[in-house]
Amino acid sequence: MPSPPSEEVAPRPAGIVERLVRDDVDRKRFLKLAGSTGAASFGAFALAACGNSNKAASSTATSASTSTASSSDATGDLAILNYALTLEYLESEFYGKVVSAGLFSGKVGALIKDFGNQEMTHVEALKGAVEKLGGTPVAKPEGKFPISSAGQVAQLAYTVENLGASAYLGQAANIKNPEVLASALAIHTVEARHAATLGTLIKKPVTPDGAFATPADMSTVLAAVKPFLA
Amino acid sequence: MTDYEIANPELAACEVHGITRASFVLRGALATGALYGTASVAPFVAQALAETGGGDAEILNFALTLEYLEADFYTVKGKQVGLSGQAKAYATQFAAEESEHVTALTSAIKQLGGKPVAKPAFVFPATDERSFLALASVLENTGVGAYNSAAPSLQSKAVLASAGAIVQIEARHAAAIDLLIGTSPTPDQDFDRPLTKAEVLAKAGPLIKA
Repeated sequence: MPSPPSEEVAPRPAGIVERLVRDDVDRKRFLKLAGSTGAASFGAFALAACGNSNKAASSTATSASTSTASSSDATGDLAILNYALTLEYLESEFYGKVVSAGLFSGKVGALIKDFGNQEMTHVEALKGAVEKLGGTPVAKPEGKFPISSAGQVAQLAYTVENLGASAYLGQAANIKNPEVLASALAIHTVEARHAATLGTLIKKPVTPDGAFATPADMSTVLAAVKPFLA
Repeated sequence: MTDYEIANPELAACEVHGITRASFVLRGALATGALYGTASVAPFVAQALAETGGGDAEILNFALTLEYLEADFYTVKGKQVGLSGQAKAYATQFAAEESEHVTALTSAIKQLGGKPVAKPAFVFPATDERSFLALASVLENTGVGAYNSAAPSLQSKAVLASAGAIVQIEARHAAAIDLLIGTSPTPDQDFDRPLTKAEVLAKAGPLIKA
């Protein structure tokens, strides 16, 4: 029986881990966000698994993921998934607060609610994906978002969604596991739809980058979301 | 084969949302000729096979066909039906962006040593702004599903990055059109479903003339 795809047999991809190690402040915060226990159960994962869907959690699942970057949680696809999970946690919390603030109603309010629900589903899917690969999902970060008016919030949401879309695009070529890639792509385009929608609300471009979306790398994105981490 | 496939050979034939990973090629679809309802699609398929270099070039040629379709739709059909206001603005903008996609994909295919497909002739069943926008929604959303299903099969990571940069734009177009016509900008909700080759051809095939 072939062993499940585990991060320790795949060649460690250059770039992400090196960036995490180099940018020490970001790395410390990123690893600090990682929880110390991983659930044994597999969460809902958007795509049907190929073949044996009950791939047992790899023996590389570590209990303390706050160790060095050489732990499986900090390598390759797991690092990317946890990075995406962090962003989705923030987006989800942001929309939750926006909905609570009651700034939008009618069709727009319904859209905002929808988007928030979709981000929550992304959170669950990514948690499940991390667990399925034998990793430990990062803990939910504490976010802080300025929320004053509908216009201000819509502009912030536009910025955040555009950032999220560019973040996923920036990682696509780094993902090793085709299933992970497929799910990342499926989320990537939904974030783009969110961004475009918010653009129409505030009369900003639906395609701010023109005909080709611009990718953003991990350190750029993490720096951009720092203000939203409490 | 990728390291992933070597470690998990059973996955070579398994499916992700209906697409066999090993066979995102027109060849597989041709074997079940019943997928193509009209004779007008078959010649295109044969032409694409004859002209493509296999692998990434083949996938990109499929994408190129869809981009030709969209560019033509927004430019030619858009003028024909007579658009106004936001619909007209989108058609103008999206026509330019799809044309850039055509240029980029043509160049990418050549760089891969493949032969870009010739621009097919199209027929678009749209008679007014309303039906035009409805068809635009179908085309853009189909494009998203097509790229998302094809991308994981790409061998080259550079090509994948380009495909990603393009599909994001298709998703933005789709959302904008959907909002304009009053439907959900996220028709698939949380995850944009990858479409099988058959599903894409069912939408796009009838629009392509022999």
